[in-house]
Amino acid sequence: MSILVDNNTKLVVQGLTGREGRFHGLRNRNYGTDLVAGVTPGKGGSDVEGVPVFDTVAEAVTEAGANTSMVFVPPPFAADAILEAYDAAIDTIIAITEGIPAMDMARAVSYIKSDGAMLIGPNCPGVISPGKANVGIIPGEVCEPGPIGLVSRSGTLVYQIVHELSQKHLGQSTCVGIGGDPIPGSDFIDVLAEFNEDDDTELVVMVGEIGGDAEERAAAWVKDHMTKPVVAYIAGFTAPEGKRMGHAGAIISGSKGTASAKAEALEAAGIRVGRNPTEVAELVVEARSS
Amino acid sequence: MDLFEYQGKELLRRFEVPVPEGRVASSADEAERAAAGLGGKVIVKAQVQVGGRGKAGGIKVADSPQEARAVADQILGMDIKGHVVKRVLVERAGDIKEEYYLSFLVDRSERKFLGMMSAEGGVEIEQVAEENPDAIARVHVDPTIGISDFHARRLVFGAKLNPEARKGAIAMIPKLYRAFVELDASLVEVNPLVLTGDGKVVALDAKVTLDESADYRHSNFAELKSAHEVPEQERLAKSKGLNFIKLDGDVGIIGNGAGLVMSTLDVVKAAGGEPANFLDVGGGAQAEVLSNAIEVITSDPGVKSIFLNIFGGITRGDLVAEGIVDAFGRLDVTIPIVVRLDGTNAEEGRKMLADAPHDMLHSEDTMLGAARRAVELARGGAE
Repeated sequence: MSILVDNNTKLVVQGLTGREGRFHGLRNRNYGTDLVAGVTPGKGGSDVEGVPVFDTVAEAVTEAGANTSMVFVPPPFAADAILEAYDAAIDTIIAITEGIPAMDMARAVSYIKSDGAMLIGPNCPGVISPGKANVGIIPGEVCEPGPIGLVSRSGTLVYQIVHELSQKHLGQSTCVGIGGDPIPGSDFIDVLAEFNEDDDTELVVMVGEIGGDAEERAAAWVKDHMTKPVVAYIAGFTAPEGKRMGHAGAIISGSKGTASAKAEALEAAGIRVGRNPTEVAELVVEARSS
Repeated sequence: MDLFEYQGKELLRRFEVPVPEGRVASSADEAERAAAGLGGKVIVKAQVQVGGRGKAGGIKVADSPQEARAVADQILGMDIKGHVVKRVLVERAGDIKEEYYLSFLVDRSERKFLGMMSAEGGVEIEQVAEENPDAIARVHVDPTIGISDFHARRLVFGAKLNPEARKGAIAMIPKLYRAFVELDASLVEVNPLVLTGDGKVVALDAKVTLDESADYRHSNFAELKSAHEVPEQERLAKSKGLNFIKLDGDVGIIGNGAGLVMSTLDVVKAAGGEPANFLDVGGGAQAEVLSNAIEVITSDPGVKSIFLNIFGGITRGDLVAEGIVDAFGRLDVTIPIVVRLDGTNAEEGRKMLADAPHDMLHSEDTMLGAARRAVELARGGAE
């Protein structure tokens, strides 16, 4: 098992012919991911190191059997690329692109959410199920297979926490970066629900950061629904008060959005919160031996 | 990007949202001319991006152009909670009967747009939310469908607006929504929205926040932005593609990804140090970006050591190392830089650093170890 990506993943990279898309797409293939196609409008018929390139995602699905897409196209075209993947019946769409306007994502996410397709990202590092498939930019060599699920808003903290876990030989079932955008395709709860149903996952580490109320909502969900232990980390205890939204933003969040408020909410739901990435791995060890 | 009131109102006017007639002025002379042009009684309002300007004396009424000149002279240059007033908005004064609240924003948790309206305007909406949450009507708008008249009716009737204001408010709501969407705003807030003596509904204030990710499709964003002042070091950092925020400590921080940088600040603080800044080189940083980051941090004489914490994903360790080596070659680096490098191509990067030793270059294997080392070095350096 594991979630979202595995040995059955047949990956199409939207933007495979671009510099970053090529580098990371081929890196994913070297990891063992079944990279079946690339899509770049106008470059259909060519190939990238033997991977066929199509003009449309629909062709990548019918001709190459793609079932998962990684979106690596520039921000002005990325929301459209996500919708194209959804329209072509791709059920797992992983959008790496950073800087997509929130208006575009609001439309795309509302549309996709109306039925069960899974959109991860945008502005995220992707998803890796160690030993099975890597879709995104998470460095595969720091991961190892095992029973820990990981879900994080921050990309680089995925790497850092995985690194800490792997050093303690705590392998991972799947690591998911949900991204830091205002409107993510999936939030903590969507991914926690997947882990809750996954036989290969024994414990989940969730990594949050300041701003918004996604962690607080996840804490409430864990308390009511999660049957597996959860350990958390929150970044930003000493972060300056940066650009804040207007007053209206603070109201709907129903929280101050600070790291301490989040840590309190998590702890109140019975979730232990590590004070630094190393301590998170230590808490995971403790939780598993208790 | 948060806009000034006068900028927000100019934009709302294009969407036919009723706003008072007014002109922006950056000197007492200009304020006098603006008042003369408008005729009659005017209000002179400080243009600052901070709440509570009225209480601070930043909003004054003037009965004549001469008086407008005098109050503008008082307000310009005033320091309101650390914000110096560079401009005033001179507006025709109206007869206010009642004050309301209206806004549209992106609701992160519902992944939809949220409209909010209250008959209790003019005060901080957070206060209304806390003391009398039922006084705020809320309606979600599905971005794929857009606004429909019923949304406006739900807000207006839900907020129990004075029947006299209903028609004007119901007409205004879709206009404000259109402005919100077409401007690529993350917030448009009108507080207060007022009912005038002659029965009109007018946006007396405007707070507009634009989504900078959408700047490529708005030719006016750059101009709107040019009215905003940014501290010199932050401006320099931004011009070099770095996300930088100045803090008060002496341990310079450079990292990749906002989450890891925030975590780095936390561990430096926990190790007994005080971070001097937040600096995120972003994803996929090239050598030049790293080199520039080091330049920006070392330009601050208050920084005593630097902790450079990179965990490469899309960022490549070899390019990071290239940037560090370049910075040491190009700049006269006199403070220690502690480097912790992991992730994509980290081994190549570490080897490149080992091959280019420098007295001020320290490598550490772990994030916590590197944090402790950087803090020690900032204190004057037990090795």
